[in-house]
Amino acid sequence: MIPVQFYLVISTLLFFIGVFGFISRKNLIGLLMSIELILNAVNINFVAFNRYLFPEQIEGYIYSLFVIVVAAAETAVAMAIIMNVYRKFGNETVKSIKELKN
Amino acid sequence: MEITSIAPLVLLLPFLMFIFLGLTAHKFSGQTSAKIGTTAFGIVAILCYYIAGQYFFGNFSVTDANGFEVFNKTGEVYNQMTIFNWTWMQMTENLVIHIGFYLDPISAMMLVVIATVSLMVHIYSYGYMFEHGHFDEGMSRYYAVLSLFSFAMLGLVLATNIFQMYIFWELVGVSSFLLIGYYFFKPAAVSACKKAFIVTRFADMFFLIGILILSYHTQTFDFDKLNADNAKLVIESFAITEGCRGITFLGFPLITIATFCIFLGGAGKSAMFPFHIWLPDAMEGPTPSSALIHAATMVVAGVFLVARLFPVYSFSAPEVLNAICYIGAFTALFAAIIAVAQTDIKRVLAFSTISQIAYMMVALGVARFGNHETELGFTASMMHLFTHAMFKAMLFLCCGCIIHCVESNEMSKMGGLWKYMPKTAWCFLIGCLAIAGIPPFSGFFSKGEILSACMENGYTAIYVVMTFTAGLTAFYMFRLFFHIFFYEENPEYATSHHKPHDQGWQMTLPLIVFAVVTVVFFLLPGFNKAITATRTEMEMPTNWTVEGISIAVALLGIGIAYLLYFKKNEKPANIMAKCPALCEFVYNRMKIDEIWYGITRSFIFGVICKAIAWFDHNCIDGFMNFCAFVTQKTSLGTKDAQSGNVQQYVWVFIMGVITIAFLALY
Repeated sequence: MIPVQFYLVISTLLFFIGVFGFISRKNLIGLLMSIELILNAVNINFVAFNRYLFPEQIEGYIYSLFVIVVAAAETAVAMAIIMNVYRKFGNETVKSIKELKN
Repeated sequence: MEITSIAPLVLLLPFLMFIFLGLTAHKFSGQTSAKIGTTAFGIVAILCYYIAGQYFFGNFSVTDANGFEVFNKTGEVYNQMTIFNWTWMQMTENLVIHIGFYLDPISAMMLVVIATVSLMVHIYSYGYMFEHGHFDEGMSRYYAVLSLFSFAMLGLVLATNIFQMYIFWELVGVSSFLLIGYYFFKPAAVSACKKAFIVTRFADMFFLIGILILSYHTQTFDFDKLNADNAKLVIESFAITEGCRGITFLGFPLITIATFCIFLGGAGKSAMFPFHIWLPDAMEGPTPSSALIHAATMVVAGVFLVARLFPVYSFSAPEVLNAICYIGAFTALFAAIIAVAQTDIKRVLAFSTISQIAYMMVALGVARFGNHETELGFTASMMHLFTHAMFKAMLFLCCGCIIHCVESNEMSKMGGLWKYMPKTAWCFLIGCLAIAGIPPFSGFFSKGEILSACMENGYTAIYVVMTFTAGLTAFYMFRLFFHIFFYEENPEYATSHHKPHDQGWQMTLPLIVFAVVTVVFFLLPGFNKAITATRTEMEMPTNWTVEGISIAVALLGIGIAYLLYFKKNEKPANIMAKCPALCEFVYNRMKIDEIWYGITRSFIFGVICKAIAWFDHNCIDGFMNFCAFVTQKTSLGTKDAQSGNVQQYVWVFIMGVITIAFLALY
């Protein structure tokens, strides 16, 4: 059985790659993809801990499924916002939406 | 009619008229407002006459606060009656402010004076303002303010307590302000009304201080208690004011300070030196309102105030009465000298008013409460108040007629008017004779009594000054008279198609009424008997030496005026050429206005205001600026945090989470 530390290292790497991407990407779609990475890191943690701590129960799996569903919904909303931002400003970089006015 | 049921109308009706005329000013034409206002005041005047008549000659009673029945007269004594006394403000158990209706001989007399003069001025103004007529829509406003003034003045004289008096005192000040500034498009009128208001208000500050000191120590506002003077109550009255006699401040007993401060308030309204500066400028108002306010009623409020508190002054602060008498004598002489050099006819009358009111003050100052010999001055003062109100109002209304024709206030534009306006001229002559003190006109009696009072109470120096002033009065009044009606006729009259003429009946009737009162004054029943400080009847003594000297001095004054001003000649110019600097000095009112102005500028503006301005500028503004500065710097420093850049926020957020995680772990 693969030790839990392996999963945790993977998920931590994935999480920080996501965070790094979220901080450094200029493109809104890139940001969205980074968020997906972070969520997936969380999902890996859920599944791994469920498997190792409470093998007879399935709450962790169900929660990871929830997270996937919510991520899909969030992506749909975010894509709509990004489309509008693109229409209004002509590009989809993060810098273009930092003003509250207009 | 039941006195208690009609008495409230005397105050309510003019007040309602003020509100009604003020609110409907744009609806009615000026003439309609004038008719409504005059009719309403006619009713008030009838009520006033009725109440005063019942008080002096009738027999009626009211129930006082303790449930006793008080008659208007018991034996020889006229009682003080409180017809009604509404509680207006109950602050604490002791501190109550009433609005009431107080009848005693002097307030009953003032009712007659106010009713007569105000009614006549209402009638006169109809002619004056209408024919003057370039400002018809203002007439409703004019009548509204006249009603306000009548209301305030009646409330002032009928006050049951000193605080009610103060309230109405300020109200007459306001209506005076409004009437002086009636021609608000004239800069001179605007500055005159501000000057009048500020000067009287400044004096009223002392009045308020005096009221507060007096009522704090006596624990009462009521005149009834302050003035209680019946045998047993005299002692109580002593006790009442003794409380503040024991305490001294700056070396003076507190009662002296309080009563002197109250007198200063009266000095402001009555234009005593050095507060007289507002009255000559107040002549910018319409002439009828000058006759009502600045000759007959409001300016005697100060005299009335001292008379009202006379027992307090006489028992508790006789030194203040002395001060009043010296200030009065100085003012009388001073104003008479200035009046000699004035060329504006209304200004001459204004200074003459100051001088005559000073006569009343002197008479009060020399009188002492007690018996009929010592309190002669009180009666003389009230008598002069009455007669002066009548003939001075008449003189002002005559001036109104003249100004109406000549359309100028300057003496040099007049002359030779006798044959053009005989009725006005005759009334003016009667007024001049009365003020000069020629028998049998009213002024002779009152002025003679004032001079006798000075003499008999041992103020010989004052007597000499006042007699000299009487001569000056005769001189300047006849200078005015001859200059207007004889001297040299203005050549424009003969050629002009608009010759000067007597005015219509609205403007002539008041003159004739006043002239009749002035001429038949000595026939008026009961006057000099009833109005005494002790409110018992007294026969006026006649001191023939004093009367004889006063007539001789008056005739001398008239004679000099006749020589100089009856026909055109070079003598006045020659006399003036000898001492041009002095003439200029007197013509400029002895520079008192400039002195006030200098004090205001150099001391109040230059020192006090500058210090306050510095404090305001540096301390208050400085604190505000400091707050603003700190806020600005802080926000400048922290605004970069709110960049709107979501990635920066995440960076901070992550760093924060990591920091907290480390802190939690170790």
